[in-house]
Amino acid sequence: MTDVVASAPEPASDPGVPQHRSGEPLVSLTGVGVHRSGRWLTRGVDIDVRPGEIVTLIGPNGSGKTTTAKVAAGIVRADEGRAITRAGVRIGYVPQKIQIDWTLPMTVRRMMTLTGRYGAAEIDAALDAVGIAHLAEAEAQSLSGGEFQRALLARAMVRRPDLLILDEPVQGVDFTGEVTLYALIKQIRDETGCGILLISHDLHVVMAETDTVVCLNGHVCCRGTPQSVAENPEYMRLFGGRAASTLAVYRHQHDHTHLPDGRIRHADGTVTDGHEHHHDHDHHDRQRSGHA
Amino acid sequence: MLDDFFVRALLAGIGVALTAGPLGCFVVWRRMAYFGDTMAHAGLLGVALALVLQIAPVFGVFAVAAAIAGALLLLDRRGALSTDALLGLLSHGTLAVGLVLVALMTWVRIDLTALLFGDVLAVGADDLVLIWAGGAVVLAGLAWIWRPLLADTVHPDLAAAEGMRPGRARLVLMLLMALVIAVAMKVVGVLLITALLIIPAAAARRLSTTPEAMAGLAAATGVLAVVLGLFASLHWDTPSGPSIVVAAILLFGVSLALPTVRLGR
Repeated sequence: MTDVVASAPEPASDPGVPQHRSGEPLVSLTGVGVHRSGRWLTRGVDIDVRPGEIVTLIGPNGSGKTTTAKVAAGIVRADEGRAITRAGVRIGYVPQKIQIDWTLPMTVRRMMTLTGRYGAAEIDAALDAVGIAHLAEAEAQSLSGGEFQRALLARAMVRRPDLLILDEPVQGVDFTGEVTLYALIKQIRDETGCGILLISHDLHVVMAETDTVVCLNGHVCCRGTPQSVAENPEYMRLFGGRAASTLAVYRHQHDHTHLPDGRIRHADGTVTDGHEHHHDHDHHDRQRSGHA
Repeated sequence: MLDDFFVRALLAGIGVALTAGPLGCFVVWRRMAYFGDTMAHAGLLGVALALVLQIAPVFGVFAVAAAIAGALLLLDRRGALSTDALLGLLSHGTLAVGLVLVALMTWVRIDLTALLFGDVLAVGADDLVLIWAGGAVVLAGLAWIWRPLLADTVHPDLAAAEGMRPGRARLVLMLLMALVIAVAMKVVGVLLITALLIIPAAAARRLSTTPEAMAGLAAATGVLAVVLGLFASLHWDTPSGPSIVVAAILLFGVSLALPTVRLGR
């Protein structure tokens, strides 16, 4: 069922990756249905996520994507069918939306240890990996949408999860941020070999590295590699002919990283002083205000 | 030293403040102020029932407060009324039933003012033991559920997905609140207990950067309010419970005026 090569524009995986896309499923949903207030939110869903595998859920609003992810995460119990999580699997969860009450003082660093105890070095490494090491002591409420999503990802990462469940992780993030976050998710998979269940907020876009796309619409409408789903007549019927031509894939694209000391590390490995960067912006701003 | 009524009052107030501060932080973070108020008001009914059953009032208050919390959770789930309407109904309903019951029991003399506003100057050595033992249980329980409860406060699904068992933490929180109300009643009375939970926590917020710093600071603020309030009450001959609350409000005002110096880094 999983045709790996079709989805990947470059050689699919590094040879050193442990247990890549192999082994027993971390979580296995069989015929799962969830019933609330007289209707089925989702029904007859079969999904397996194996170590090193990226499974992406797409579907219109109300198609049961979040419900399905919640069953996989063990938050919601299936009213029908079975959801089996392999014993000892550690889950990292990035929910769709978190609103931390202003009355709760919470630095980014403190947020990293919400559900477990981790050393300062591990926390710094996770924050560095998502490029917000310079924000460790900032109040979580003061972060921008993109920064907060990165913080949530770092928080899930620091747990060293076997299974990462991401509910619309790039929601509210601009295009460049989206590309960077997807690159980061791929990197987490490559480096840790964890399985990833990802909900895409956009019907027409999935990560290039996705192994299996599952298209939901109250039930599993179709599944397969990104390519095969795009060409699937069910998918076309649901979302129109235009959808097929636009089921785009994100390619890996390097971006720069902010270092803790405020300097910037570029994709080619060079490190530049952040000030020069700022100077540029100032210049632009001044020009713009001059015109206004 | 314990013979002096004023020293006993200080010790009782400090014991309550030390536990109410950290617990009150969760009341503020989880927006449970009215919930706490409802449980406290039900305390009066607890006293009345304890008198009928001839058990110690503290058990009656604890049992009724816990039962009200359970009833609230059940009724809330059924969704017949909005939560705030439900809270108003139970809060004033239990208070009224308690007042009627107390009035009906003509064979016992009850100082209603002491029940409503506290009578900290009348605490005995046995009350002190109760307050400090109960307080120790509350703080130990809070330390036990701290991480799961905080994770649940930030995001219930996240806490559940990552194995924090948030349902159990919430249940323990209810029991701890009932316990604090039961032991604090003697000090500030049913009408003012919520003030002791919320005001020190609110005063601590602007000066803290982590939840733990805020909990510690709330406890310290509460202790300061107790000391200031009791000395003021001694000096100007004002009622002790309300004086403590006034002192806490003044401290809250001071915290607003302070420049933002942050603790907890």
